[in-house]
Amino acid sequence: MDHTSLLERWLRRFALALIVTFFMFPIFWIVLMSLQTNETILRSPPSMAFVPTFDNYLAILAGRLDSNVASMGIDFLNNLMNSIILSVSSVAVALCLGVPAAYAFARHKFRGSEDIAFTLLSFRFAPPLLVLLPLTLYFQQIGLADTYLGLVWVYQLICLPLILWIVRGYFEDISPDIEYAYRIAGHSWFATFRKIALPLAGPGIAAAGLLAFIFAWNNFIFALVLASADKQPVTVGALAFVTASGIQYGQIAAAVVLSIAPTLALALWAQRYLVEGLSLGAVKG
Amino acid sequence: MSYLDLSNIRKSFENETVLDGISLSVPEGGTLVLFGKSGAGKTVLLRTIAGAIDPDAGSVTIGGQDMTTVPPEHRGIGMAFQNFALFPHMSAFDNIASSLTSRRMSASEIKRKVQDVAELLKIDHVLTHTPKALSNGQKQRTALARALVSEPKVLLLDDPLRNVDAKLRFEMRLELPCLLADRGATVVYVTQDYKEAMALGERIAVLDQGNIVQIGSPEDIYKRPANTEIAQLFGDPTVNLLDVVPQEDERGLHAFLSDQRVDFHGDFPGVAGRDCIVGLRPEALSFTQNGGFPVTIEAVTPFNEKTVTLVTTLRGREILVSQPAQSTVPEGPEQNITISAQDAILFDRQTGKRLEPVTTGERVEEAA
Repeated sequence: MDHTSLLERWLRRFALALIVTFFMFPIFWIVLMSLQTNETILRSPPSMAFVPTFDNYLAILAGRLDSNVASMGIDFLNNLMNSIILSVSSVAVALCLGVPAAYAFARHKFRGSEDIAFTLLSFRFAPPLLVLLPLTLYFQQIGLADTYLGLVWVYQLICLPLILWIVRGYFEDISPDIEYAYRIAGHSWFATFRKIALPLAGPGIAAAGLLAFIFAWNNFIFALVLASADKQPVTVGALAFVTASGIQYGQIAAAVVLSIAPTLALALWAQRYLVEGLSLGAVKG
Repeated sequence: MSYLDLSNIRKSFENETVLDGISLSVPEGGTLVLFGKSGAGKTVLLRTIAGAIDPDAGSVTIGGQDMTTVPPEHRGIGMAFQNFALFPHMSAFDNIASSLTSRRMSASEIKRKVQDVAELLKIDHVLTHTPKALSNGQKQRTALARALVSEPKVLLLDDPLRNVDAKLRFEMRLELPCLLADRGATVVYVTQDYKEAMALGERIAVLDQGNIVQIGSPEDIYKRPANTEIAQLFGDPTVNLLDVVPQEDERGLHAFLSDQRVDFHGDFPGVAGRDCIVGLRPEALSFTQNGGFPVTIEAVTPFNEKTVTLVTTLRGREILVSQPAQSTVPEGPEQNITISAQDAILFDRQTGKRLEPVTTGERVEEAA
């Protein structure tokens, strides 16, 4: 890095700034919108000069949506809670099922193992609506429609293949010799899985878990079809802001800011674990 | 009484036979060196003994117990891997202690044992480091300590000196035999360095393409290699292999190398007139003032302990001559060399196999 000239460094910074601006601008704009009233948002031409107001946030927290025509109740905080419940339990279930399965696919090649792994991945190829319509009928008959259990089950279509395929790669990267060494040292295969494979694949599992969480959080179509108002996550709940008397842009923006906050916080927190070195120095370096 | 027995072990991976019916036995407390080029099946065989690989056929018996289907953790063995296979998320201490934590043993006893073996291998000052912070030599010793600490009855060492530098390899080559003898374990040692094999092995088994080609003492293999390939693998500088067609007369089987008669002692029925290869160790050749045959000196390589000279014969064949360092290479390019004939090894050119005399004429002569 010592060889780069001053000009080169400044150009690099400028390029980075440009890229960050490009990708962060929508988020920046949403944050700005959430601090404005509908009137200032809809101004033409748009302007960045306005008096910031927290009315939108207050309305969401109070659960009352006031428009110039009427006032109606919305339960956005309930939606937020639903999102958390659904995403957390979906990822938890997917980790419990997916990590051991990924280990099995990585370590034990059995007849048809590739086919099974691919079939699981192929769940993600199918358009969700193809699955959803028949599933709605089944769920209504067996009483799973509009339950957390049913939704978490369907969310496995998103989370499980993701975790399975990412974590499998991490398990395959661990030298089998390391595991043999632990077995030979007198430990059972389960102890080896727990003490060697899991810690070494840890960063991979964290990354897969985070990704699955984001996908689950952002899911819209499953909950739209399968859940009624009291089970809906934020993605569906935001529809409530589209009212007969107009679209409440300010409140939508505030709701969006609130709903991306948890995933953003989680990503920032998990980042430390993601970049931790994987298995340097394990085998000859 | 043999302690470790392998009987007719077979293993193939996707139609490729890696082990083709291997039978071996190692006496209790004995050391067997598995020697062979890479891809010969040494590591697979070692892993079969360890239980990391299940053989397609055959059985593994350790201490009189059939262990063929016993999982690795119950075989009571210690193993050092070629790539060390240290646990990267544990300190050197925990790496070594991992061989003990599975047993009912108090923390203080574990600590004492780890400390002891670490002192023995001179790594007690780096026990708190993770493998990442260890040098290659320290990693290798940590891996060795992990294999030794539980005092296993069978110790499997998979080319443990492969990935360490030359100086350390030399040190360890001297240290290891004593260390292993002290432990009293039955050792199987894999290597592809013939010097290591010679230094450690009471017995050496030479593996090639999944078969044991020869098994014997280091001296046996050096002096009576089963085929030209083994003759080339053992010995530095490598053996001179020259095409000859031996003839027989009243004085026995012989061949002419540039007009010098080389006698092969013992009876070789049916060998006369066949295409053969004679193997001459470079140290069996020496420069001489009178007799011998003329050669031209091409290059002289002085090592500390020996001087290796490349010469060509009148017919243009290249030969290596090795002398002790004290002796001087004579001046001038045109010289004569002579062959000490009892060291000549005769091979069949077609099969590459060594031709065994029917009667051991060599010993009869020595006795007389």
